[in-house]
Amino acid sequence: MDQLFQHIANALILGGTYALLGIGLTLILGIMKVVNFTHGELYAFGGFMAYYFVSDLHWNFFLALGMSIMLGILLGAIIELVLLRRMRGADIDSTMVVMIGAWIAMQNIELLVWGGVAKSVPTPFPTDPLVMGPISISWLRLFVLAAAIMLIVVTYFLIHRSPIGKAMRATFQDRDTASLMGVNINAIYTATFALGSGLAAAAGALLGPVFVVTTTMGNQAALKAFAIVILGGLGSIPGAAIGGFILAFAEELGSGYISSGYRDAMGFVIIIIVLMFKPTGLFYVRGDRIG
Amino acid sequence: MKRHFFGSLLLLALLTLPFWIADQYYLHVVITTGFFIVGAMSLNLLLGYTGQLNLGHIAFFGIGAYTSALTSLGFDIAVFWGDGRIVHKPWHPAVGVLLGTVVAGICGYVVGKLSFKIRGAYFVIVTISFAEVVRLVALNWVDLTQGPLALSNIPPLGYHFPGMEEVVFWSKTPNYYVVLALLLISHVVIRRIVKSRMGRAMIALRENESLATSVGIDVTRYLVFAAVISAALAGAAGTLYAHYIRIIDPDIFLFIYTVTMVIMVVTGGKGTLSGPIVGGVIFGALPVGLRAVAAPELQWVIYGTALILIVFFLPRGIVPAVADFWHRKTGGALPHQRTTLAAHSDKVIEQASPLNGPGR
Amino acid sequence: MEMTQNATTNESASPLSASRKKILSIDHVAVHFGGLVAIADLTFHVNEGELISLIGPNGAGKTTAFNVVTGFLRPTSGEVHFRGMPLHKLKSHEVAAAGLVRTFQRTSLFSTNTVFDNVLTGMHLHGKASAWSTLLSLPSVRREEARLRQEVWEILDFVGIAGRANELGASMPYGEQRLLGVAVALAAKPGLLLLDEPAAGMNPSETSNFMELLARIRKRGITILLVEHDMPLVMGVSDRIVVLNYGKIIADGTPAQIQANPEVISAYLGQGIKHA
Repeated sequence: MDQLFQHIANALILGGTYALLGIGLTLILGIMKVVNFTHGELYAFGGFMAYYFVSDLHWNFFLALGMSIMLGILLGAIIELVLLRRMRGADIDSTMVVMIGAWIAMQNIELLVWGGVAKSVPTPFPTDPLVMGPISISWLRLFVLAAAIMLIVVTYFLIHRSPIGKAMRATFQDRDTASLMGVNINAIYTATFALGSGLAAAAGALLGPVFVVTTTMGNQAALKAFAIVILGGLGSIPGAAIGGFILAFAEELGSGYISSGYRDAMGFVIIIIVLMFKPTGLFYVRGDRIG
Repeated sequence: MKRHFFGSLLLLALLTLPFWIADQYYLHVVITTGFFIVGAMSLNLLLGYTGQLNLGHIAFFGIGAYTSALTSLGFDIAVFWGDGRIVHKPWHPAVGVLLGTVVAGICGYVVGKLSFKIRGAYFVIVTISFAEVVRLVALNWVDLTQGPLALSNIPPLGYHFPGMEEVVFWSKTPNYYVVLALLLISHVVIRRIVKSRMGRAMIALRENESLATSVGIDVTRYLVFAAVISAALAGAAGTLYAHYIRIIDPDIFLFIYTVTMVIMVVTGGKGTLSGPIVGGVIFGALPVGLRAVAAPELQWVIYGTALILIVFFLPRGIVPAVADFWHRKTGGALPHQRTTLAAHSDKVIEQASPLNGPGR
Repeated sequence: MEMTQNATTNESASPLSASRKKILSIDHVAVHFGGLVAIADLTFHVNEGELISLIGPNGAGKTTAFNVVTGFLRPTSGEVHFRGMPLHKLKSHEVAAAGLVRTFQRTSLFSTNTVFDNVLTGMHLHGKASAWSTLLSLPSVRREEARLRQEVWEILDFVGIAGRANELGASMPYGEQRLLGVAVALAAKPGLLLLDEPAAGMNPSETSNFMELLARIRKRGITILLVEHDMPLVMGVSDRIVVLNYGKIIADGTPAQIQANPEVISAYLGQGIKHA
């Protein structure tokens, strides 16, 4: 029973960062209808930036995190401007192929720069965990959970209370009408992709110190992000948030009680089950499905 | 006639290849490239002709490989319930090849059925997931697959006619001919399908599904058919690969191999017969050529960038771009024009009038 | 509401006009999209060999009605029967095999194919080559292909676009793209052809060519249901006209009867009369 509480605690923490990952992708996928294969690489990028600033440049940990997120946003904007803008009218297949090309290039650039060895990110937190009854949580993980929740709330308010968020929501509902109403679709797309990428980078920067930073961490993350988006329903932030937690729970409890080798398969199993039985996801937001 | 001359020359070169490529390493590269090309051609059937972006394609290849390997190695596994065990005695590799192809084809059937229900980007995600799940099963079901320790000592192919000595394909040369045979068979199969009524139905599905339905084309049936053939060919390639390389591990299911095939198809020209071949040759030869000057990671950066550039500047791929360029230069009729015109030249002359505009 | 039908007022009587069998009957069809009533109560029929036009002001429900009678949309209530067979029992691709073929409003083509290949694809139902015989490239397959190709030329001639056979469908002038749409539908050898605003965007000379084409199609015994806005076209070719407004039929009769019908006039005047 104690083990159960520990699993739950772990799942909550993991779920927070998964939620960030999922929210980022659901925005991109939902508003721009782009199958973003670089999402995982932004996640890895965030991790590597955290590593670089803390380990190599000896920055303050929190400053490094902030910087990593900023750079993630910037990278996302660049990708959108350079690659996606050109593909604006093209069919979904070609856009996907471009994203695949970008993904390969990015991952291998990371390999060239940092090599294949896993990197650990030093943190300023005490190593002794906080023990509460049967549960023991490291301070770092508590911070990660808090930071993730804070970012989720900030994003939510950004989307629902700010003018740019309103423009994004309008674009999501009906791009043509939004454009006629004066929304600069190009700018919104860039902002959306940048925001989504920033969230992915944030997830990577937060989780990197918890585990390790590797060049392949993005691959699994990308597929999990897709699972979360599908589970939660395209374009739904609450859906992605809850989906993130559900996935984390499925992984934690599954690997704890069934088999740890199949932990990463949880995401895919979820995808397949959801698409077979409730393709619109848990939180059905809009009639449009991609493709 | 010129085309036939070049075609025959090419065929001759291919048939005698092991005699003028003596270096075993290069021969190995040719053989592996051959497998990839079959993979690319089969992927093209689904991606290029039917318009379904199946990014789990490598799963068919790997399933074929594992099925054939396990069939010809035998296995002894515990079943999930009770104390029973399932024991399989090794069979001849040829049976493994057949079985592997069939099993892959069945998986293709499932994917085909799925592709009708789940569309667009969701289908892409499902197919990627499918391949990943298969990889994880291969990795974790150690009892059956040896997991990361790999299935090794897979028997090579061979044949044995009664009264004659048994012939076993230990060296690279006979395996080269096996791959060549598979390539030729695959090409013929795909060519015949694509140029037939079935091929037209598949293309119609890709181009305009409602219009296709309105003239009676059964969407599910042709999606499934394309998927089964695509999977079976990839599976067949997988089986032969297992008996050539004689050791396989779960890494065979890695996404990067599907990506490689996608690169071959897209750069060569999706929806064309020679596109995947051209793409395959380029991206099979490039790593060898670049080996001396660029680390593998840098090569992949180049390939990724090349993929982006091709989609930007030659969106239909190299083969159609070259074909367009050639026809503009020579000003001749496009191949399909020649056949229809020849069959109906008198009618065309009657109908062509100043009002109809230029015939091109 | 239904007025008595005359026998054909137009000269092109189809060979089957004597039987006057119902080929398509729509019985009390209603279509509700959530709370929105697109079609309140639709009842009419089409006799074999006729050319019926479905007209009505914008928003009257013509498109919805068309989608229902072509089997593309399942009605909320009511039934559509084609040759006595309930349409909803058929899967979408089986509708064409039953003999009912439709065209599409927005020009709908196989864009990467030539005109010839577009029509050849339309002939799909009339080839039988199996997978095995195709793979083995049997002589029967080759004969069938030759036969199909010959028939494609006939259709292209019939419709009048044979000169463009080798052009890309998508690069033709708009009016001829509409003709191509009709050619593709004809390739499926329909008993009942449903045309969705085929003359939209056609200039007067193209429209008059199109009217002649309709007459030629009728001579082959094909029944036609036409949804159109172009009044001279509708008045010129129809045996009967069914007028829709607010999801209901407000008139059903010959062109002369419809032109004189006060409800029809007010329906159109109320929204502005549409003339080609």
